[in-house]
Amino acid sequence: MSTTAYALRDSSTMLRRYLLRARRYPLIGFLVAIPVIMLLLFVYVFGETLGDGIAAGGGRAAYANYVTPGILLLAIASAPQLTAIGVAQDMTEGIIARFRTMAIFRPAVLTGHVLGNLVQLVVALAVVVGVAVLVGFRPNATPVEWLAAAGLLTLVSFAVTWFGVACGLTARTVESASNLPMPLILLPFLGSGFVPTDSMPSGVSWAAEYQPFTPVMETLRGLLLGTGIGDSGWLALAWSLAITVFCYIWAKRRFNREGA
Amino acid sequence: MPTPANAIEVAGLRKAYGAKTVLDGIDLRVPAGTIFSLLGPNGAGKTTMVNILSTLLRPDAGRIRVAGHDPATHPDDVRAAIGLTGQFSALDTFLTGAENLALMADLNHLDRREGRRRIADLLERFDLTEAAGKPATTYSGGMKRRLDLAMTLVGNPRVVFLDEPTTGLDPRSRRTMWDSIRALVADGVTIFLTTQYLEEADQLADRVALLNHGRIIAEGTPAELKRLIPGGHLRLRFAGLAELEAAARLFGTSTRDDDALTLQVPSDGGVRSLREVLERLDGASVEIAELTVHTPDLDDVFLTLTGRPDATGSPALEGASNR
Repeated sequence: MSTTAYALRDSSTMLRRYLLRARRYPLIGFLVAIPVIMLLLFVYVFGETLGDGIAAGGGRAAYANYVTPGILLLAIASAPQLTAIGVAQDMTEGIIARFRTMAIFRPAVLTGHVLGNLVQLVVALAVVVGVAVLVGFRPNATPVEWLAAAGLLTLVSFAVTWFGVACGLTARTVESASNLPMPLILLPFLGSGFVPTDSMPSGVSWAAEYQPFTPVMETLRGLLLGTGIGDSGWLALAWSLAITVFCYIWAKRRFNREGA
Repeated sequence: MPTPANAIEVAGLRKAYGAKTVLDGIDLRVPAGTIFSLLGPNGAGKTTMVNILSTLLRPDAGRIRVAGHDPATHPDDVRAAIGLTGQFSALDTFLTGAENLALMADLNHLDRREGRRRIADLLERFDLTEAAGKPATTYSGGMKRRLDLAMTLVGNPRVVFLDEPTTGLDPRSRRTMWDSIRALVADGVTIFLTTQYLEEADQLADRVALLNHGRIIAEGTPAELKRLIPGGHLRLRFAGLAELEAAARLFGTSTRDDDALTLQVPSDGGVRSLREVLERLDGASVEIAELTVHTPDLDDVFLTLTGRPDATGSPALEGASNR
């Protein structure tokens, strides 16, 4: 078999290992629960008032539309924590020495985590979108726009999963691995996820405008609800690729470190 | 390719972490199909040695061949020939025993039928058939070690590294492990074993090397090494310092502990030497409060070969003489 064939075979073996674990310990519940609780909270508790601020007289219905992209990014932001824990568990246990002393495609150890987490996260996002529709999210997207939105969500999920892998490889313990990616959860709040950035004080507004999640959320709004996208689309793609490449290199360095 | 006569060859191996030298010029040869044991206390460099030979670490200097391949230039050829059972259990505890073995079969690129046959075979051989469907978290310490070794064997390695395979096991599980290891050599596998137990090396190994502070201080068959070591010792406890003084004068090569009022006298633990010691004490009219016989252990090895007990605080060295 060629190297590529081994790479594919070992990666799919590792993906199967991940899914087997995931089936026994379904962490996907965590990925769905947090965003759904926040969605219900923001739509039913704060929604009426916040919706009026988004569009005069818009109320809860307007806010359900506005907040859903923010909630999706919240789900994405909470995912690297699980990835980091899973990777750190592997790295701090004896099994990593076993994998490293086998004639396998070495990155397969990581690709198993990446693909497994990605699959889990994409499923979780689909569930969250479903719940959002139930509580009043009314997208007017064409199939192509839906496809583009799904593509963007997958791309961002892929980027944050590599971030989680890098965190898991950097942390010395499983506990610190679970804390490292935590600040990411703030990004949807410190961006256009829950209220428009122009309603914030100037310094905060500037930071919120230029952080990676804001263009992603604006692009999702544009694709699903028909608001203006502007250059957000390109920015969202650029951020996703940049984060993926940066975290991939970071993770690779950590993984290949001697005696790690 | 033909099997090289020596499964492992090491010359001039050095490894340091910063200023701390862990391995300081190691030379050794392990003929194919034999069991070689690296014996030493905690911190002697045993695990570093295994990690270097199994491609986990790079040495600072030295020439290494494992199954005929150089780990520095052809790590994957080495990896294809070896199996490692480390000190820490290398299982996926979220998976069942059978799933762990299946994972190894897939990563060793066995075809499905061959993999199944091998898994059933190993489950049977390591007495895990009944527990095969249960998650490894539920396994006892001995079962985990057995599964660990079984996983190492899925790929049919020609050289197996076992890093302290029985540390922490109860005596019965230890015996079971020893039997499994012996059975492996019968299949022509070469085994590189590290241990802190002299008894383990004695039971299993064709050749033993004693590692202390990164250097091999003795090497040979267990019988050869035992000849180097005078044997165990007698521990004599006295009622007072005066008696201890008197006894210490009687025996030249002894270790005294004034606080515990004890004296250790080298002895093979046999009746003859015991009688000799007692007669000598009787002749000088020295009363003994208590006498215990210690059969040779790692402590005695290090006491003899280094002239002092190792002070790394390893549990195997508990009760070391003049601490």
